Amino acid sequence: MVEQNAVDRSKMTIGDEVVVSMDHVNKWYGSFHVLRDINLEVNKGERIVVCGPSGSGKSTLIRCLNRLEVHQKGVINVHGIELNSDLKNIEYIRREVGMVFQHFNLFPHLTILENCTLAPIWVRKMPKKDAEEIAMKYLETVKIPEQAHKYPGQLSGGQQQRVAIARALCMQPQLMLFDEPTSALDPEMIKEVLDTMVALAEDGMTMIVVTHEMGFARKVANRVIFMDEGQIVEENEPNAFFNNPKNDRTKLFLSQILDH
Amino acid sequence: MSKSENYTGYVRTEEAPLLPPPPSETGITGWLWHNVISSCADFTSLGASVRSLIMAGFTLFVTWLTISITWGIIDFAFLSAVWSDPAGVKREACWTVEQGGQLPAGWHGACWPFITAKMKFFIYGPYDASELWRVNLTGFIGLVGLAWVLIERLPYRRYVGAFLLTGYPLIAIILLTGGAFSVDYGSLSITAIVGLALITLGRLGRRGILGESLGAFAGVYGVAGWFLVIYAAVMLVLSADVGLPAIDTNDWGGLLITLVVAVTGIVASLPLGIVLALGRRSSMPVARILSVVFIEFWRGVPLITVLFMASVMLPLFLPEGVNFNNLLRALIGVMLFSAAYMAEVVRGGLQAIDKGQYEGADSVGLSYWQKMRLIILPQALTHVIPGIVNTFIGLFKDTTLVSIIGLFDLLGAAQSTLADAAWASPVQGHTAYLFIAVVFFVFCFGMSRYSIFMENKLSRGRKR
Repeated sequence: MVEQNAVDRSKMTIGDEVVVSMDHVNKWYGSFHVLRDINLEVNKGERIVVCGPSGSGKSTLIRCLNRLEVHQKGVINVHGIELNSDLKNIEYIRREVGMVFQHFNLFPHLTILENCTLAPIWVRKMPKKDAEEIAMKYLETVKIPEQAHKYPGQLSGGQQQRVAIARALCMQPQLMLFDEPTSALDPEMIKEVLDTMVALAEDGMTMIVVTHEMGFARKVANRVIFMDEGQIVEENEPNAFFNNPKNDRTKLFLSQILDH
Repeated sequence: MSKSENYTGYVRTEEAPLLPPPPSETGITGWLWHNVISSCADFTSLGASVRSLIMAGFTLFVTWLTISITWGIIDFAFLSAVWSDPAGVKREACWTVEQGGQLPAGWHGACWPFITAKMKFFIYGPYDASELWRVNLTGFIGLVGLAWVLIERLPYRRYVGAFLLTGYPLIAIILLTGGAFSVDYGSLSITAIVGLALITLGRLGRRGILGESLGAFAGVYGVAGWFLVIYAAVMLVLSADVGLPAIDTNDWGGLLITLVVAVTGIVASLPLGIVLALGRRSSMPVARILSVVFIEFWRGVPLITVLFMASVMLPLFLPEGVNFNNLLRALIGVMLFSAAYMAEVVRGGLQAIDKGQYEGADSVGLSYWQKMRLIILPQALTHVIPGIVNTFIGLFKDTTLVSIIGLFDLLGAAQSTLADAAWASPVQGHTAYLFIAVVFFVFCFGMSRYSIFMENKLSRGRKR
């Protein structure tokens, strides 16, 4: 079990500013109702872990926040801007929201450095030199500056996922979304990725993390959300959530993942 | 367990020696064993012996066939060939004794003096002999430019490439035709003004001044506007009289026509094909339906039909007196035809790209065109280089079909020289067709080798 006191909490402050608000959000895949009446507010500096059985809609939930998925009913606001079909809003929000995927989704035809500088150069119109400086800074944050000129295919899974984190950070986002960032990794590589995410949290980043790493949830989350069948079933601060779950479905889920 | 109860394990006490491989694994014996003998040396059972004997017989037959064909070609093209015609007797240089010439009876070899004499016609067709420097200059600029772009160590390749795609076609048209197109300046200026107006409309629409319904098509206005303006500018340049005598495209021929048709088709079909492929996968119904209809129409019609339609049927539909160039019609036909094939090749590449790549590009905020240009197309096109080059090679060879509509391409030019009685001999046709085959092979094989080089280059580095 991870020790609580291993985390430096000095910069983990939760502000008043609302970063994400979801108001009665509903989504269907065809006739299948994947998100049912989701209401969620996330303030600046919060670290939220979303968990739940597979197919419960947790990935869909965070993918709606940068419109990789389109919701049909309800209102989603990110940084006070409503996500609708207006391309300008979508492009603005995608600039401000970073995302890390289960399968990394690095660009295999570009070097690590080019992966990191591409969006700053083309989206933020940053001069190449500045973009490379920032990229090297974040590659150092994720502890792989020496790999900058290799291609993604030459790196291990854990290294690739850290590059993916650096790539998202290079856009200097105000919110980071993690969609099962460790699920595709070998066990010995999970730790290096989680350590990077802990460091990010210690730095005060607002994060929404879909994960089954309950140790991570206990260590850095300030709220844990449990989803099942497209609904938010239970939501609490980690200690209460893990030690004293109230809903039967939460109890069942926790007993299944903790007792193996 | 096979071991007895008092099994005590095993510990190696000395290293097993590292030995050289047996002779059957290396060198010429190894090669022969693996590639020839191993399939016909198994006599352990009756069935295996029969198989071995059949394989041995087959191996011998194929060896004999290869050697005799190769020898036949070498003998025809080099050993028995007539290389020169010093006496200037033309056809009689390639006649045997029975036919009234000097060569021994039963002689069969290439008649190269015939090719040498007709070389100019093979390359330029009936192009005005005193103006051949214009074709040569066009070819020279094109070759230098192409070499410059293909050789990676040279500087400014990007600019040379841009010149080849923009300035060079204009220069080529002016040099080859003589320019000075008759143009109605009145309608040209109207075209330009309409174009500028559309561009302005597009700009305004993008800033949201025109409101939702008009603004939605801002991109379309912009593209259409630019198209009109560029068209007007190009026609203006082509109407300039640079003092070269005009040469009608009906007087072009030979390799010149083949290369003009092939290069135009190749250069235009790739971008057109990419746009069509993107259109076919677009989420916009109009773009998708238009692309599908276009692609399926052109793929459903044989190229010969397209060319016939362009040269025979099209004039019937056009108003009296409107007549546009035969070569131009063939060019457009070939271009659209190969664009449809290219679109399907590119679509195959697009489909091989993982959905995660689209999402990765979206998540960092790239726009649709940035995503396609920087992330998706570079990977998709790399995947389908063999298919793209395949289409290029097919297109290059299909240019021979333009001889159907009266254009003398390389093959057509060669065939027309066969009617020249001054060189009539039994080997006249054999020599001409061998020569044409070699020319086509050199071009197609060159494209094939360059594509393999590109594949290796692009996949280096990215692989583990």
